[in-house]
Amino acid sequence: MQVVEVKEEETALVESFGVQRLVRTRLVGPVQPGEFLMVHAGYAIEKIDQEEAAERLKLWEELLADEEAWAGGT
Amino acid sequence: MAVQQGITSGRRELERFRDPELVRRLLARAQRLAQRAADRLGHRPVIMEVCGTHTVALSRSGLRNALADAVELKSGPGCPVCVTDYRDIDLMLALARLPGVTIATFGDMLRVPGSNSSLERERAQGAAVEVFYSPDDAVALAAARPDRQVIFLGVGFETTAPVVGASLEQAAAQGLTNFSVFSAHKTVPPVMRALLADPELGLDGFLLPGHVSTIIGRRAFSFLGEEYGVPAAITGFEPVDILLGLSAVLAQLVAGEARVVNCYGRVVREEGNPRAQAVIDRCFAPAEASWRGIGTVPESGLALRPAYAAFDAAKRFPVSVPPPVIPRGCRCGELLRGKIKPTQCGLFGRACTPERPVGPCMVSSEGACAAYYLYGGRETETD
Repeated sequence: MQVVEVKEEETALVESFGVQRLVRTRLVGPVQPGEFLMVHAGYAIEKIDQEEAAERLKLWEELLADEEAWAGGT
Repeated sequence: MAVQQGITSGRRELERFRDPELVRRLLARAQRLAQRAADRLGHRPVIMEVCGTHTVALSRSGLRNALADAVELKSGPGCPVCVTDYRDIDLMLALARLPGVTIATFGDMLRVPGSNSSLERERAQGAAVEVFYSPDDAVALAAARPDRQVIFLGVGFETTAPVVGASLEQAAAQGLTNFSVFSAHKTVPPVMRALLADPELGLDGFLLPGHVSTIIGRRAFSFLGEEYGVPAAITGFEPVDILLGLSAVLAQLVAGEARVVNCYGRVVREEGNPRAQAVIDRCFAPAEASWRGIGTVPESGLALRPAYAAFDAAKRFPVSVPPPVIPRGCRCGELLRGKIKPTQCGLFGRACTPERPVGPCMVSSEGACAAYYLYGGRETETD
């Protein structure tokens, strides 16, 4: 879920698939609009690191391409 | 403060973890690794998932069936509702029958059978049972209804405990005297030690829970490799996550290694979430807990600390229940120990269905029996 707006009292408005809701942020500390949060039972429990996700996918694409080229004998 | 840009691109990033083409390639890779691992081990590798969300994701995505010839996937004690002991369920039902009490619970608990009733049945007979998405809502109910004693049923692992703890701290800050928690929380590493003490378990590796690991961190599971020599991987819940996690375990089996690999780096940190850990530590202390099918496991529960005795439902409303009556033929206990698969239980799909569940593993949306029933489990796999 992505932070749309930071509210008072350790709360943020988040959006997921067009639905907005309030979540508590005291278990993750201050958040910024645009950040992605992992939410459980009304509380954000961690920030999602988008860069790590993109980097990991890129590495796998490269590794798979290498392995498939090797397996294919090319 | 509103954000317009970035929502779509950010989501598109996460959707790549479901990309069918990438899934197909990773599946082929996992199958190749599984074959090499099987050659080395002399048998099809056996990997246990210890997370109800993984259980469901493996079934719903079709990966369980797609991998059936290559890997034997077993479900462990990863569904919080399922591992809740009969006696604890009976105690919750006894609390629901007390006058002036409103039971507040997550929805999964509603239909779980105790010895001779369920919260749903108690509600039909007049008990006040309210389902909430967040324990915060139960605190709000207590604030709005000073004439009722609101008891929140704390059922869940390390992921849920800090949320319940945070709500508890809020109730305390508000000075509420009509809110309490029945803590049946459990912690995952101690029960994995208990499982590994069984010489007949016959496991080659673990797929570790992404949400629990978010709270406690990768390091909390490193004992699996260091002390037990069992390879494991922490991962998320999209098909790509699951295949990367399984492949990380299989690659270790091929190489003869035993570490805990974090394949869920976008969420799980080495040391976990320190704020959430601090809330758990402030509110709860490790305590012995009883697990369905596994028995008593030291330090595997979370009891409210003495400072929160005024919010401890077990202390404030001492109820006693007779020894539980376990339904004949129910094999949830064996399932949760990794001894059998759902399809090996004689009640599965016949006497026990999601509409008329006998055991909790068929009730909970995270239960292995419900997952196999809803998404199909290969009958040929019941060896």
